[in-house]
Amino acid sequence: MVAPKKIGAQTRWFQNPPVILARATIVGEKEGMGPLGHTFDKIITDSYYHEKSWEKAEQRMLQEAMQMAVERAGLSLKDIDFMLAGDLLNQIISANYTARNLEVPFIGLYGACATLYESMALGAMLIDGGFAEYILIGVSSHYATAERQYRFPVEQGAQRPLYAQWTVTGAAGMVLARQGAGPVITHATIGKVVDLGQQDPMNMGAAMAPAAADTIMYHFVDTGRTIDNYDLVITGDLGTYGKELAQRILINNGYDITPRFADCGVLVYAPEQDAHAGGSGCACAAVVTCGYLLQEMQKGNYQHVLGVGTGALLSPCSSLQGENIPGIAHAVVIEAG
Amino acid sequence: MAQPLEIQKKQYKKLVDEIKPRPPVIRNTLGAFIFGGLIALIGQFMLNFFQGQGLSINDAGAATSSTLIFLAALFTGLGIYDEIAKYGGAGTIVPITGFANSMVSPAMEYRTEGFVLGVGAKLFTIAGPVLVFGIFSAWLAALLYYFFR
Repeated sequence: MVAPKKIGAQTRWFQNPPVILARATIVGEKEGMGPLGHTFDKIITDSYYHEKSWEKAEQRMLQEAMQMAVERAGLSLKDIDFMLAGDLLNQIISANYTARNLEVPFIGLYGACATLYESMALGAMLIDGGFAEYILIGVSSHYATAERQYRFPVEQGAQRPLYAQWTVTGAAGMVLARQGAGPVITHATIGKVVDLGQQDPMNMGAAMAPAAADTIMYHFVDTGRTIDNYDLVITGDLGTYGKELAQRILINNGYDITPRFADCGVLVYAPEQDAHAGGSGCACAAVVTCGYLLQEMQKGNYQHVLGVGTGALLSPCSSLQGENIPGIAHAVVIEAG
Repeated sequence: MAQPLEIQKKQYKKLVDEIKPRPPVIRNTLGAFIFGGLIALIGQFMLNFFQGQGLSINDAGAATSSTLIFLAALFTGLGIYDEIAKYGGAGTIVPITGFANSMVSPAMEYRTEGFVLGVGAKLFTIAGPVLVFGIFSAWLAALLYYFFR
């Protein structure tokens, strides 16, 4: 027997679509100076954020963004049933220490840069399944903590290839609720891990594009919808070349979404900011979704959006051992409330 | 995507190679030539200066290396070296200044993990392979020289 809220192979629909009650974003200086600078709630100019290490700075950003989201929802931490959070650092320490400080029942998640959309999909399921009234979501990333974990020390003088992406420094918090005013989540398509043999850890867009295309196609097949049902399909952090690759795969399979296709990684920096192929990191999809995207929906510029979080599932160890870099993508349908 | 995975992978690799931007080789080579040459030129001026001060050629060479290493370390600490390296590329990595940068940058970065297991253990993360294979090649060359001179 098929689960009552399952449609097709990978999609779930929500009987009482959960509401995005509130959200908050904090970003670093570079993001603040980018084209979406005005859409963020707080811009920090000190990459240490008055802390002793970049890791502590990232954790502090995450905690503040999540607390800000709870305040804006008019709630207190006691009202939150579950906290779903994750980040890029080993053993998701930013999320763990935030959960320690917030003292809310915590489900730690790792979906690489797709963690926000993974959290939204799971949060919506928990609410529509009757297991929670309020869900608090948070994700973060920091350029310096990601660089030192995955690549080189920050001050090391190395040339980055043109297809490399820049990890977004930032954090976002979001509160989902069973009822209230705001945009709603109507469907979620959980992605499979897709591996088309990419091995270059500097070329994450190419590693993630097949997963993004796969999830988008399954979403269309499962729901019987087409691109005409959406004003916008927005991916997390494919970057300039990854977006082009996803577009090409989709066209080869008979789905042309090009005119309504955007990518958070492409939007977050201007070309002259020297970020090369665009932004990446958990915070990339998160701050653009919780800032720009949901603000545009509130203004009525978009009604029906398919948001697709994209993640590259590598570790510094796996790339050194010559393993491929598989990708994952989770899609969520957001309808203006 | 009904084709077998191996074919999909091959096709995808072709697509990635088609879309991936080519590195600007001429610009990079020119940058490496200019910045690498500039560092060498500055070194030559220093060498001449130290010799003019009465140092022997060997002592002047050592004084020049130390001064260049000091300057590279200082510029790394001030956050300037990686900005120059963005344009200099190999021209800023290959000279002795690049070696200094590759030691100072992890030293700064891993300070947060303490002096022994942070700075001490991570100091050679980038320069380590250069030393290991440099010393190994020297040993190999010496061995060949010993047997075949």
